[in-house]
Amino acid sequence: MRLITHNMLSCNIKGVTNGFPLKIEAEKVIEKEVDFNPDFLKHMFAKIEWKALVEAARAMGYGELPEDSPDVAVIESADETFLKKLHHALLEIHLEEGALVCPETGRKFPVNKGIPNMLLHEDEV
Amino acid sequence: MWFLCVFYHRLLDFRKPEVEALAELFGEEDSPLQWRLPEHHHNDTPFHFVQLSSEEIAQNIAKRSILVKGMYELWGEGTCYEELKDSIERFPDSRKLPFLTSDSTFKISVETFGKALTFDEQRERIHSLTYIPFEGKVNLKKPDHNFFLMEMDESEESNGLPPIVQRRIFFGREVGFADRKLLPTFQLKSRTYLGPTAMDAEMAFLMANQAKAASGKLVYDPFVGTGSILVSAARFGAMTMGADIDIRVVRDGRGPDCNVWSNFKQYGLPSPVALLRMDNNVPPWRSGLKEIFDAIICDPPYGVRAGGRKSGGRKILRGTVDPYTVPEDKRTGHIPSTGAYSLVECVHDLLHLAARMLVMKGRLVFFFPVLRDESGSEVKFPEHPCFKLVAVSEQILSSRYSRVLLTMVKVEPYSEKIEEAARLMHLEFRENHLKWLEEGNIHSSVFKPTDSSQIHTEAKTFKDPKPKYRGKYV
Repeated sequence: MRLITHNMLSCNIKGVTNGFPLKIEAEKVIEKEVDFNPDFLKHMFAKIEWKALVEAARAMGYGELPEDSPDVAVIESADETFLKKLHHALLEIHLEEGALVCPETGRKFPVNKGIPNMLLHEDEV
Repeated sequence: MWFLCVFYHRLLDFRKPEVEALAELFGEEDSPLQWRLPEHHHNDTPFHFVQLSSEEIAQNIAKRSILVKGMYELWGEGTCYEELKDSIERFPDSRKLPFLTSDSTFKISVETFGKALTFDEQRERIHSLTYIPFEGKVNLKKPDHNFFLMEMDESEESNGLPPIVQRRIFFGREVGFADRKLLPTFQLKSRTYLGPTAMDAEMAFLMANQAKAASGKLVYDPFVGTGSILVSAARFGAMTMGADIDIRVVRDGRGPDCNVWSNFKQYGLPSPVALLRMDNNVPPWRSGLKEIFDAIICDPPYGVRAGGRKSGGRKILRGTVDPYTVPEDKRTGHIPSTGAYSLVECVHDLLHLAARMLVMKGRLVFFFPVLRDESGSEVKFPEHPCFKLVAVSEQILSSRYSRVLLTMVKVEPYSEKIEEAARLMHLEFRENHLKWLEEGNIHSSVFKPTDSSQIHTEAKTFKDPKPKYRGKYV
């Protein structure tokens, strides 16, 4: 699971109101190189919950992202330093084994072989 | 500019929508496209004329398409070779001469539809074109300019195709043609990881084209299975994301080298951005997340070959037992039971998901089953106030049922007000499809044995109102 996915997911147990962001319990983190696609990153940047991404990246051992969400001007500028960092954080760090933990109930959603299992139990729907 | 667009004689209903979607993708501003038929031809002919604003767009469409055999600049047409000659001579020199220069190479090919010509007959036809002032050299392997002489005879009704009243001959310069080499490369029999409902390569590419998959875009399949649809989107450069309720399919596959990931690796395509196990009935997207996917493409489980599942056990959903509480000590590793997920519900959730998660002008492309014996009554497709239905393409699968590829474009932003209107539309749809709510009904309509007494009585009175030739071969 990459952090772009983490940024999209929340705990959706019935009755839970603050199911985002899910806390990451990392057991195995791997890095895979991915082709750099600025257009895609620009498109995604507008949709990202920045604070959640920064925290998630830190939980995975990557601390290079700025605390505050950069200006749109930074995204559009010719200097790609920031975009490269965003690229790495969103797409190249994978949670291979571990869990996503609901901040409200503590329910653990397991991540095995890179696949988050978001299916709810019968009594959670 | 009018171009002659010649199609493969396959998947007839899918041909024009593909060109229309690709025209939009490559920046054609004239929308909807203008189409024109050659004289005396009917809609199922391989020959169509289409208006496009530039040769470059025509070329791009043809190159990317699966069903366009070729796009041509028409130099002349007629019912016989004399008429063709007049027509070609009337075509302005300014449009012809640049392609006939002495420093260029060329090739003339003869194509026929519905008949075969011997080599001598072909040569004779090519030689009859001497009135065109070709200055260049012939090069059969890699010519600069490709010319095509295409012939279609008048014909009786055949294979259910309506008759052609008059012979028609076309001569044109090729602008572009489909790269069908993709198909043998991606054919399912060479795919490592397959499931019972894997989408065949040709159809998957058509779906990706309907979705305008391209580099920089994010395409989502909520019923990803073995990833057969996303593979085609990835081939066209899109980033992909998929979800499935069956964890064995998305996570495990058939081992480390035979799973969804390996299907992408096999073709050197980038892996999906994400694969998730989740239930589309209760999706875990964070609140506030919207307009993130550029396209959603899927083949929902509608109960003919595979049935849908959703969270909550069958018995709980039917209300026969009290809600089940998972004991605390058994929570870890608990495998939740699932219940049937009817087509109507599934389509509702899909439209809801798409309304919220697609960007404006984003496309929702999905298959929807149609029972063919419901003769007379107009088929009602699902509707949503955020979406405009832009293409409906039927693929007939048996005398009982076909599947229809629906392409919808998001034209209205999602809001709570719209959600209420959507709910009403859905209730109406549900009303119309009550019998599909129950598990197994579609399956039994498709596979029920034919009532033999019915055949005898019906054979005389009942005539299939729908043409049969649109079967699996076309």
